[in-house]
Amino acid sequence: MSEAAVRTQRGADAARTPDASTQRHRARTVRPPRWLKPLLFALCLVPAAWVIWALYSDFARVTSYLGANPITEAEHFTGKWTLRFLIVTLATTPLRRLTGWNWLARYRRMFGLFAFFYAALHLSMYVGVDMGFDFGDIGHDIVKHPYITIGMTAFLLLIPLAVTSTNAMVRRLGGARWRSLHRLVYVVAVLGVIHFWWAVKKDITEPLIYALVFGALFGARIIWLAGARRTGRTSS
Amino acid sequence: MLIRKGSDVRASEITDEKDYMDRRRFLGRVGGIGLAALAGPTLLGASLAGCDASAARADSMSGAGSEAGDAPPDDKLTPYEDVTTYNNFYEFGTDKSDPAANAKSFRTEPWTLEVAGLVAKPAKYHLEDFIRPYALEERIYRHRCVEGWSMVIPWLGFPMASVIKAAEPLSSAKYIQLTTLLDPKQMPGQRRRILDWPYTEALRLDEAMNPLAIFAVGLYGKMLPNQNGAPLRHVIPWKYGFKGAKSIVKITFTERQPATTWNVAAPNEYGFYANVNPEVDHPRWSQAKERRIGEFRRRPTLMFNGYGDQVASLYSGMDLRKNY
Repeated sequence: MSEAAVRTQRGADAARTPDASTQRHRARTVRPPRWLKPLLFALCLVPAAWVIWALYSDFARVTSYLGANPITEAEHFTGKWTLRFLIVTLATTPLRRLTGWNWLARYRRMFGLFAFFYAALHLSMYVGVDMGFDFGDIGHDIVKHPYITIGMTAFLLLIPLAVTSTNAMVRRLGGARWRSLHRLVYVVAVLGVIHFWWAVKKDITEPLIYALVFGALFGARIIWLAGARRTGRTSS
Repeated sequence: MLIRKGSDVRASEITDEKDYMDRRRFLGRVGGIGLAALAGPTLLGASLAGCDASAARADSMSGAGSEAGDAPPDDKLTPYEDVTTYNNFYEFGTDKSDPAANAKSFRTEPWTLEVAGLVAKPAKYHLEDFIRPYALEERIYRHRCVEGWSMVIPWLGFPMASVIKAAEPLSSAKYIQLTTLLDPKQMPGQRRRILDWPYTEALRLDEAMNPLAIFAVGLYGKMLPNQNGAPLRHVIPWKYGFKGAKSIVKITFTERQPATTWNVAAPNEYGFYANVNPEVDHPRWSQAKERRIGEFRRRPTLMFNGYGDQVASLYSGMDLRKNY
């Protein structure tokens, strides 16, 4: 989240009760160590680094890190990490509210951009590695096969969010417009789960788990929104 | 198509699958008895010994495939490791690695097999008695999964036709149904209703009589690993892999077309015929190409998985789009 947006959010929170205000104030003074962000950044890169290396190794050195069908496995792997980073991104705000750890907000943008990064990696695996840049086949897939159509749509919707993630773009759009644009992330999450669900042959346990987690994260927002409505505020 | 008996297999053709080559050389030296001994004091020992004997009968196979005896150079055997660790066998879990992990302690002895339905000779067999009359042959088949990947597997088995003839089907028998064991205690996947257990598959009788259709009891010259459908499965190389039932306990001859598990689970996605067909997509994904396990690029999928010369006539006049 941008600093501007964080400030607006905090302003809204602080207005609730004086009690909460002091609590937030105290929480705000907690500053995470400087090394935490680079550490998180490096950790977020680990799955990508691993899967690229494993894929290379499985073909070049005939290892079996990704099993008998490494390309398909790498596609699944990067797809699931996209969903996981969407979850982490969307969990930041509820976690912040529950715990009062406002410093979590500093990392939300980074998590969101990693979701985009993994989506791009997932798409590259499909376009470049799996389909071998055969755009005839890819076009056929997009038109004929709904789970590909949906996945592609979800990726396209992530692009404006990534592009407007900078402070300068938040300022240019203004907090309110920026926030309404970034609600697209909910649409992306829903499309992402449908994409997964429809790609699975029969056992939908795993996509169901993702659906439930996103459901919980959406639910938390609905509850807070309803609470906010009751107390006469309209901010989300 | 690749129907080859042991004697036809030139070492140079057999890829780098070391175990297999070692086994072959061993076999060459000591003959069938050696293989039987290796197979251990198991029910298949005697039958596996027959494998070499069958080599002498190479010509007795109906002409179906012999002319195609030369393996296309791009149909290298899929390594044993991949064949036995990347499996769809939902009775042991839905991940590809689940069957190898969960079928380790699966008990295939004793094993009873029932031949039932519209036959003159319905019977229950101990598996070894069921197999004994038939000489085992090696069949190197392409295996195409409906999910878009494929392998090349050297099976060990015998024609379904031999079994069918021995059972003496009545004239009213039009279909043959294969049923997998139902045993949730041993098959953890059956504790969840992912599919309608037990797994059943079926063929038209004339399809099952085709010389390419086999019952398999081994692969790579060894007894069938549990995760590949031990102790007995059937293999229909021109159809998608799910048409092959594993760990078969019952063979039933029927007049009406039997229900088949995947067709019941998703009728619009999995038809009764399930012939490999690059022109008819699965509703959710393309079937035009496939990834051969171990290869980087996808390759075009062949009509009837490349076995059209032998099987296309079974479907003449049929709309394969409707009968997918």
